[in-house]
Amino acid sequence: MKIYVLLKRTFDTEEKISVVNGQIDEDSAEFIINPYDEYAVEEAIQQRDAHGGEVTVVTIGNEDSEKQLRTALAIGADKAVLINTEEDLDDGDQFTTAKILEAFFDGKDVDLILAGNVAIDEASGQVGPRIADLLGIPYVTTITSLKIDGTAVNIEKDVEGDVEVIETTLPLLVTCQQGLNEPRYPSLPGIMKAKKKPLEEIYLDDLDLGEDDIEAKTKTIDIFLPPEKAGGRVLEGDVKDQVKELVSLLKNDAKVM
Amino acid sequence: MNFELSKEQQMVKSMVHEFAEEVIKPRAIEIDEQAKFPVDIFKQMGELGLLGIPFPEKYGGSGGDTLSYAIAVEEISRVCASTGLSYAAAVSLGASPIYYFGTEEQKKQFLKPLASGVALGSFGLTEPNAGSDAGGTATTAVLKDDSYIINGEKCFITNASYAETLIITAVTGKNDKGKNMISAFIVPVDTVGVTITSNYDKLGMRGSDTAEIVLNNVSVPKENLLGDASKGFKQFLYTLDGGRISIGALGVGIAQAALEKSLQYAKERKQFGKSISSFQAIQFKLADMAMEVELARNMVHKAAWLKDKGKSFSKEAAFAKLFATETAFRSANQAVQIHGGYGYMREYEVERYLRDAKLLEIGEGTSEIQRLVIARQLGC
Repeated sequence: MKIYVLLKRTFDTEEKISVVNGQIDEDSAEFIINPYDEYAVEEAIQQRDAHGGEVTVVTIGNEDSEKQLRTALAIGADKAVLINTEEDLDDGDQFTTAKILEAFFDGKDVDLILAGNVAIDEASGQVGPRIADLLGIPYVTTITSLKIDGTAVNIEKDVEGDVEVIETTLPLLVTCQQGLNEPRYPSLPGIMKAKKKPLEEIYLDDLDLGEDDIEAKTKTIDIFLPPEKAGGRVLEGDVKDQVKELVSLLKNDAKVM
Repeated sequence: MNFELSKEQQMVKSMVHEFAEEVIKPRAIEIDEQAKFPVDIFKQMGELGLLGIPFPEKYGGSGGDTLSYAIAVEEISRVCASTGLSYAAAVSLGASPIYYFGTEEQKKQFLKPLASGVALGSFGLTEPNAGSDAGGTATTAVLKDDSYIINGEKCFITNASYAETLIITAVTGKNDKGKNMISAFIVPVDTVGVTITSNYDKLGMRGSDTAEIVLNNVSVPKENLLGDASKGFKQFLYTLDGGRISIGALGVGIAQAALEKSLQYAKERKQFGKSISSFQAIQFKLADMAMEVELARNMVHKAAWLKDKGKSFSKEAAFAKLFATETAFRSANQAVQIHGGYGYMREYEVERYLRDAKLLEIGEGTSEIQRLVIARQLGC
């Protein structure tokens, strides 16, 4: 099977993030593989081990993204492709990403594409479905189970806490939800072997794409941190009085009732 | 000159960091409280290849370098120094001597299971009456037919209760100068006459196993002699040089943890209407801690780098061990001070750092011995 994983390098939302002049300050941020993409990498490796084939990890980014690609190779992917847009692209959005990847997949033999459910930075969840649409293949989002038998595919999909069971066929694109699997740590031998695995770097020119073809359809007006949480208030006294006070606060102060 | 870690070293760092945070950290208090060696954690570390970092793949290792190994020791010790100590002892003392001095046969038979993480090794040098004075070793090994018969007693041996292979030093005769000739032997723990007991109740490093070994007419084939019979003393000095890098890394881990906890607490804790981090008395402590952690780490990395380059590293390893472990103790002590009354409580963890750090100034060569090693290197 030809398996591809769409991987994004994102800042770690569990570390400190600072915004300088309406931009996330990259120097102070920590960068990781988007956590949902880790499920995609793990699933790709498990499917390859079960059915044979090879796993290629693809990312769009700059030289710094190589670290995340190497990590995916250390975890067990076979090949990596870095589509380096540093020189050619100032701003992109989901449309841009989907167009670039459409060009990348053009003429390629693909059985399965896995992506994260969302990226934790912008959380749009659009790139996967957009690419499937452009490639004209079926897609299922937020999957929690993937069983493949020949070209028949049986999927469990998370629908707001419930499970939907879907039958479909390869070629297919899925986006991965928490619960699909337990991503492994890269092992030490894996890390040492990763440097010998192929990592191909390509540019927009190689994909025959000009700036106009991929110009973003959206504009980011501003980026800001949510206001700092004010200290909570603990109500005291008789339960009856507490309830009255709470209702009054919800009505008059918070104005949610 | 380049202070940047390689991509592989960076990956090792983030992988071990993540593993330590997710798997070891939640259990660190319990490991200390119950003084229980976390067998399952070592099994997982073995599966990840951590126990074989500095050994080649053909002996079951991961084919990494000393620097990667030092980084791994630091990251593990940052969350649990007990686990860090057992890890460092397993690699630097239990497995490394076989890699340095073993025959091809010995490496295949004994190093492979240790490097691939399916078994632990242990190094028996210290005796009740031979601590810093290892030359005063009283354990003897006598060649009889094709076997060595070993008799004696070893104490304070890390990991021995959980080990499958022991390396035991013993006196095999006298050299031309009339001094004890010391040799090293590989002794499987299931050999008849080997008794291992672990009854120590320790101040710190409570989750790391420490045991006594009694050897009563233990017979091992003469093929189990490790390295040159007449160079046992030199061999374990070299082994200890390597071990010092990892104990230095352990110190850096504790000191880093002490700094992180103190900084976080100082920012949150309010007295006199302000965070205590706004007071110079606290700021100076934090500044000193941060500086010393960085200096200690640089020294550990330099010693590891020298070893990886095949250069002499004896003096630098002693620098690293001495400075990093004293940094760990000072930082942990200041961390308790910054936390005040809370710092004295187990829940806040910094008191554990202090208890754990104390061992580092004693084990694998006391601070005084490090100064002697350095002075000797200076030509004194």
